[in-house]
Amino acid sequence: MSEKQGMSLIVKTVTRAILAIIFLYGFYIILHGHLSPGGGFGGGVVLALGFLSVMLAYGRPTTQKWLNIRALHTVESSGPLLFLAVGLLGLAGGGVFLLNTLDHGRLFDLWSSGFILPLNIIIGIKVGLSLFLAVWALTAWDPEKGADA
Amino acid sequence: MIIYALCFALFLVGLYGLIVKRDLIKIILSTGIMGYAVNLMIVLFGYRREAIYPILEKGKEAAAMVDPLPQALVLTSIVIELGTTALLVALAVQLHKNFKTFDITKIRRLRG
Amino acid sequence: MTPVLFIIIPLASAFLIALVGRKREILSRTLSFLATASLLGLSLVTYFRLGSGILVTELGGWKMPFGIVLALDAFGAFMLVIVSLIALTSLLFSVSYVRHLGSDWKYEALFMILVGGMNGVLITGDLFNLFVFTEIALFAAFALVAYGGQAHEFEAAFKYAVMATVSSALILMAIAVVYGATSTLTMAHISVAMAGIKPGLKIWIGALFLAGYGLKSALIPFHAWLPDAHSSAPAPISAMLSGVLIKALGIYVLIRIFFNVLGAPQVFLQAFLVLGAVSLLVGVFLAVGQWDLKRLLAYHSISQVGYIFIGLGLNTALGLAGAVFHLLNHALFKSLLFYNAGAIEMGLGTRDLRKMGNISRLMPVTAHSSMIASLAISGIPPFNGFFSKLMIIIAAVQAHQPVYALAAVIGSLLTLASFMKVQRYGIRGESPAKELQSRPGWGMNAAMVILAALCLFASLLIIPGIKESVLDPVVAAIMNNTGYAAAVLGAQK
Repeated sequence: MSEKQGMSLIVKTVTRAILAIIFLYGFYIILHGHLSPGGGFGGGVVLALGFLSVMLAYGRPTTQKWLNIRALHTVESSGPLLFLAVGLLGLAGGGVFLLNTLDHGRLFDLWSSGFILPLNIIIGIKVGLSLFLAVWALTAWDPEKGADA
Repeated sequence: MIIYALCFALFLVGLYGLIVKRDLIKIILSTGIMGYAVNLMIVLFGYRREAIYPILEKGKEAAAMVDPLPQALVLTSIVIELGTTALLVALAVQLHKNFKTFDITKIRRLRG
Repeated sequence: MTPVLFIIIPLASAFLIALVGRKREILSRTLSFLATASLLGLSLVTYFRLGSGILVTELGGWKMPFGIVLALDAFGAFMLVIVSLIALTSLLFSVSYVRHLGSDWKYEALFMILVGGMNGVLITGDLFNLFVFTEIALFAAFALVAYGGQAHEFEAAFKYAVMATVSSALILMAIAVVYGATSTLTMAHISVAMAGIKPGLKIWIGALFLAGYGLKSALIPFHAWLPDAHSSAPAPISAMLSGVLIKALGIYVLIRIFFNVLGAPQVFLQAFLVLGAVSLLVGVFLAVGQWDLKRLLAYHSISQVGYIFIGLGLNTALGLAGAVFHLLNHALFKSLLFYNAGAIEMGLGTRDLRKMGNISRLMPVTAHSSMIASLAISGIPPFNGFFSKLMIIIAAVQAHQPVYALAAVIGSLLTLASFMKVQRYGIRGESPAKELQSRPGWGMNAAMVILAALCLFASLLIIPGIKESVLDPVVAAIMNNTGYAAAVLGAQK
């Protein structure tokens, strides 16, 4: 680890420039999950990679100031509860858990196929945050300093 | 038939790595190889001769498609293996913190 | 009443605990108690209302065989009762025990995920869904084994995780072969399609499943992870692991696959008998020489599971009833023994039998319940262990397999010997301690008293009237073999 945290200036500048594109790409994969390959999980991984590139380029202390880790934990924990809420909506609407009760729309539209779009978004955000927070917890220990960062 | 035998051979390669290697990280990578081999076998079970990818696109006719269910199974299986790998890596980090080594022959405090 | 509640309640409470429990601890504790208590009530109601029927739910409204189907029959409901009972006592125990291990909301959240995963395994009717819930329960189990944060716990958790990954890969390969042969994943449809499969392929599939799920139930030769994992885990988690995890994940799934899906082919019944007898004897031989109390109990788990497999391999009504009864009994007395070990460890600070002593004066509840549990596991009347072992031995003699009856009797005698050793050295022992490092809390004592009382009451199940209403629907569901498929398909809306 160098004195200045994170990597060189070139890496930091490039990361800042393409971060928005990474998030855009991730959201594109998530939103088109019912029309093309990808969906919640694949898009979520790309989102996590966006966060991780910030952590790798800038180092832990700067990222801790930039992102609110506690808020991320809250959003991540409420993901499955939202999923459960959508499932219970199916229970209330049709009598079976996870019944597709929202409007199905037309084929090939973005806003079609009932509840698959909201579920993809929920899964995408949850997977992205989980992966990032898992790697964040793994890097809490610096072998050179020998203590928890 | 030969393809499934090759997948099983890849599985055995991963198993060999798991049993023989002494470094913790190499053991974790061998579990990854075993997972890849089994996922490959599942996807290959869905192949149908002279069929195309199972995606309905605007403007194209619905033709004979390969089986999409194994692909969904493999997606789930990849996520599960990701979780397992993350847990194994976390355990490896903690083991290094406690035993100061990644060598599994030196991590033998439990006996009997 | 839908069976999905059994999965929704624990998983929702796990994530609610993760959300609010980090702010205030009392919330996480109330949530987990509420969830487990409601699960116990729900499972008891379901079991007694179900009788010999079957509850089928199709998730998402998709028809079989295209969708995932949940099929709850008498056997599944019986196991649900056992799981929620042991989970409730384990939570009671860990109220004061976990305090000396660290922060609590993570423990409760992981515990709920463990219970949720096991419930999912017990109610599902779809093969891949079974695999997914197995993995969910295993993740929580790995993390909980390593919860205490000491070096030997991480080593045990790593070994457990690596071996479980190998077995999961084998199970996945078996699922792949089954799907390739039958093109469906619903267990009812698979058992119907099994009639047209070549016998060689059936043997392959059965062998892969036996290797995969046999490791989860610690059958010899797949037992190597169990002594480390169960002895290093915190005591309430050892109770959950030994008491319910190896049964819900290992034995229940093997029964479903071999009896209901594959139709109980003779070669696998023979394998059950042989491996069960070997487990019985090897486990108890290795246990007798142990001085570490929890390791001794872990080896006894391997041995008692051998009894259950012998009962299964006999495939007669009495043998299966004995196996199911022993499943319940082992959950009760093994959990009680692990709670005792945990109380002793917390009170005296050691697990070595040679360093213990004077427990009957310092911790009377622990001493008396451990006497009850030792009598129960050794098979002394009037405790429950005697009746279940008797049923298995009589069934072995009736089925003209006297060798296995002899093995069971020898195992019983050796179990008695090793528990007399525990009582002599552990409870009445050589180095009398003057005072405790920390007193057992009220929760720990309550959990031990409940289980000790149940050890006595469970022997009432041998009375013919009660046996018919409680055990026989379970045995009928298992012996039904491929009738399971007809029941599930018939209940389809």
